[in-house]
Amino acid sequence: MRSTLFTLFLVSGFLVFANGQEGHGDEHQQDTAHMQDSAHTDDNHSACGCHHDEEEFPEYNPTASAFHHIGDANAFHIVGDIYIPLPCILYAPDHGLTTMLSSKFEAHHHGNGEKAIDRYVLVHGEVKRVADPAFPMGEVEIECISHVMEMHEGKEVEEPIVVYGGTCYHLENRSTLDGGVFGGGITSFYDFSITKNVFTMLLVMLVLFLVFRSVAKAYTARRGMAPKGLQGFLEPIVLFIQDEVAKPFIGAEKYHKYLPFLLSIFFFILSLNLIGQIPFFPGSANVTGNLGVTLVLALFTFLVVNLNGKKNYWKHIFWMPGVPAPIKLILTPVEVLGLFIKPFTLMLRLFANITAGHIVVLSFVGLIFIFGKSGASLGGSLGGALASIPLTMFIMAIELLVAFIQAFVFTLLTASYIGAAIEEEHH
Amino acid sequence: MTGSLTAIGLALAAMAAGIGIGQIGGRAMDAIARQPEAVGDIRANMILTAALVEGAALIAMVLGFIL
Repeated sequence: MRSTLFTLFLVSGFLVFANGQEGHGDEHQQDTAHMQDSAHTDDNHSACGCHHDEEEFPEYNPTASAFHHIGDANAFHIVGDIYIPLPCILYAPDHGLTTMLSSKFEAHHHGNGEKAIDRYVLVHGEVKRVADPAFPMGEVEIECISHVMEMHEGKEVEEPIVVYGGTCYHLENRSTLDGGVFGGGITSFYDFSITKNVFTMLLVMLVLFLVFRSVAKAYTARRGMAPKGLQGFLEPIVLFIQDEVAKPFIGAEKYHKYLPFLLSIFFFILSLNLIGQIPFFPGSANVTGNLGVTLVLALFTFLVVNLNGKKNYWKHIFWMPGVPAPIKLILTPVEVLGLFIKPFTLMLRLFANITAGHIVVLSFVGLIFIFGKSGASLGGSLGGALASIPLTMFIMAIELLVAFIQAFVFTLLTASYIGAAIEEEHH
Repeated sequence: MTGSLTAIGLALAAMAAGIGIGQIGGRAMDAIARQPEAVGDIRANMILTAALVEGAALIAMVLGFIL
């Protein structure tokens, strides 16, 4: 019962946070009006207009490709022009709610939509909004989605633009959770869509629920008998978390209360890590490599730890006994900072490990395109593939290991923080 | 050559964390060799400590990206 509750909490948290965080990668936005001018004047290589990407071998950009593949999307890409549409729930304060399926954008090959709907467009599978209010509402056929290079704080950044009626329009990302404080800029719309990541999370929750439900039923139906099937597969893992993680770190008397939380978090992270390893349909979403998702997971640990903190725990943070007063003045701020650094590193560790693994795999796959000059040279592509396949398989094997280790480490650290928080005085 | 200082900083953080985690792993191996019966306890504590050291490297990484 309690684990179901936790799962429900997680769902509701993720739906909000996972989306709010998305736009964080593209931190370079600016006011629209002046951007439009700069696109016309500052840019030396014909900013506006469609220099069609249909040239035979467009240049391969490993960084952009890798970041595109670890990012979230509003449609599930299968192969070529085939997408599984996902529901888009977009809210703009100046326009209200827009709901539709992402298939309405009529995305083609690169995930760029051919239609704009209420000023929303699909760029590389991600919904963005035309910033200029002069752009027509409703369903509009656009000429193309292109890119311009712009200078932002001394760095040249590729900015997507929409070409419509011979004019270039700049795009805005969805709002970021920080409200634009950290450079995302305050944008005009919120994206509450069921994106690829949210879809995968819901899928994993459903699978976990069904699996654990059937196993729980088996325990009542086959009371006193040896475990069978799925039960036999899950029992050692559950017992491992109970005996190796919960009991030693929380204590044999009190671990019962926290075991459901630890198990939920362990199985949830593990399943998402594993499903993220599958490169095609049910997988391919990089959920635990999304900072928003790990943020919510770490937030739950933070809440569970601090809401259960005993007097002794708070005393050791704010006024530790047996330490001279001047030292206390130095140590207290450090301890208070530590309160937040603990979940912060928890969030980063999972995110960084999973993202790093995926980027390495994508880089090795990218070798094929680099050696093959983006498809121009067949021999180079074959040579690249020859190098890339064993390397990719090796990293995938390591990633499989990392998937288990990171789920375990997250659970272990959560247990140790809980253990420290509920410890009674014994000196 | 922009951002090269950040890259050097990241490399230093990775190196330091590597040395630290290497020490932890090495000492854990020693300890297991000395007391094979305590392998479970040692492994759990090894992973815990390695994770904490890794945290420092991760903070360096994030600061490297932000600054």
